Amino acid sequence: MLRRRVIPCLLVSDGGLVKTTRFGNPTYLGDPINAVRIFNEKEVPELVVLDIRATQEGRGPNLDLVRDLAAECFMPLCYGGGVTSVDQVGTILGLGVEKVCVNSAAYDDPKLITESARCFGSQSLMVSIDAKGGWPWGLRAYSHGATKRQRSDPVTHAKQMEAAGAGEILITSVRDDGRMTGYNLELIRSVSEAVKIPVVASGGAGCIEDFGAAVDEGLADAVAAGSLFVFEGPHRAVLISYPDQADLSAVL
Amino acid sequence: MTGSKTVIVDYGVGNIGAVANMIRRVGGTAVSTSDPDVIEGADRLILPGVGAFDQAMEHLVNSGVIEVLRECVLERGTPLLGICVGMQVLGKGSEEGGAAGLGWLDAEVVRFDIPELASDLRVPQMGWNELRSVKADPLLSDFVNEPCFLYFLHSYHMRCHREDDVVAWSHYGYDFPSLVRSGPVWGIQGHPEKSLRFGMSIFKRFLDEVRCAT
Repeated sequence: MLRRRVIPCLLVSDGGLVKTTRFGNPTYLGDPINAVRIFNEKEVPELVVLDIRATQEGRGPNLDLVRDLAAECFMPLCYGGGVTSVDQVGTILGLGVEKVCVNSAAYDDPKLITESARCFGSQSLMVSIDAKGGWPWGLRAYSHGATKRQRSDPVTHAKQMEAAGAGEILITSVRDDGRMTGYNLELIRSVSEAVKIPVVASGGAGCIEDFGAAVDEGLADAVAAGSLFVFEGPHRAVLISYPDQADLSAVL
Repeated sequence: MTGSKTVIVDYGVGNIGAVANMIRRVGGTAVSTSDPDVIEGADRLILPGVGAFDQAMEHLVNSGVIEVLRECVLERGTPLLGICVGMQVLGKGSEEGGAAGLGWLDAEVVRFDIPELASDLRVPQMGWNELRSVKADPLLSDFVNEPCFLYFLHSYHMRCHREDDVVAWSHYGYDFPSLVRSGPVWGIQGHPEKSLRFGMSIFKRFLDEVRCAT
C-alpha cells in the first residue's frame, strides 16, 4: 500500500518559524527545531523547510540552521532558500538533507539544476515555482518571494526545469498562500499534465478534503500545506498538528 | 562487549550522517570509515547509498574497500546491510549503467517498467510504501502484527533470480523486492535512515540481533 505524501511546508525567517498570507504578513510561530521534533512524533512523511528571506537578503543558506534541522529530522527533509551554486547544493546534502529546493536562481541559471542533477541525481533537486496571475499578462512565474515577475508562465518553466534535470516540482499559488480556501486546482493540473516528474501542490490547503482534490482533480503526486498544520481554529492560534493517517487515507 | 562494532562504510556515496544519526537515536554506536583495518574488525557492516549505480560502483572501487568487504562478508560471514543503491550494487549489474555489481546477490537491477505502472504512478517512486514480508526475518521482527512503511526514492529496483532471497515485497504498479537476504547479506531498497520509527526499529534489530554466524 502506498501512502500519498502530505508534506508540512515550514517557512523560516531570521531563524524563526513563520507563516505568511499571500507571501506577506509573516506571523511568528516559534522555534523551527521544536517544530521538527513535534513533526517527528506525528510521523509526517516528509518535511520542506524554506528560508523565505535568504534570497531577498542576498545571502546564502544558513548552514547552521540546516545542520540543526537535519540532526533532528528522522524523515526526509528538503531545504530551500538562498541556494545559488552547485557547491551549496553539495554542502547541504552533505549535512544530511535529502533534497535541495531551488527557486529564484533557477531562472537565470538553469545550469545550476543540470549540474546539480548530474552531480547528485535528479531525485535530490526540487524546483519551486511561485505562480501569480495578473492583468494583462496572465499567470506568470515569480521569483524572489513573489516580488519579481519572470518572463515564463509556470507551465513553460516547469517543463524547462524538468528538461534541465529537476526531480520534482513544488507549485505554489501565491494568491492562495495562507488563505486556507483550497488549492488553485487549475494551476496544479496544468503543471501536473505538462511534466512527468512528481508535482507537489502548495498554497491554500484549508482542510484535508483539499488534499484529495489536489490529487484527484489537480493530478498532483503529493500535497504540501502550511497554515493547516500550524494554526488551530478561526483565530489562527498557533498549534502544530497533523491529521491521523486514517483520516488522510480516507481522502487520498 | 562482543559483537558491538558497527561500521558504516564511507565510500563517498549515501547519507552517512543520517544513518549515523539514526543509530545514535536507537542507542547504538557506529563508526563511518573507508579504512580497511577498521572494516576488517567490524561485527556488522552498513553500505549506504544514494544516486546512480555506476557512480556508486566507481566510488566503491576507488575507495579500495571491495577486497576487505569481500573477505569480511563472503569468507567470515560478517553481516552486511546495503541500503538503496548500496543494496543494488550487491547484485550482478544494473540497467542504469554498464558497471558490474559485486554479485553477492543473484540478482539484476532493472528500471521500473513504466508501461506496467498505472498512469498515476511516476518514476522515480518518491514516497512511503509498505513492506509485505513473505518470511520471518530479524530486521522485521517488530512488524509481525502491524505494517512496516519505509520511505522510497528510486527509479530502479532489484529483480532476484532466487525468489527465496526475497524477505519482503513492495508494490508500485507491480511487486518488487524491497528487503532481500542471502546468508549474511541483507539489502533494503527503501531508506530506513529516513523512515521514523519504522527505520529505527530496523536499525535496532540489525544492531541487537544480527551477529556474525561464525
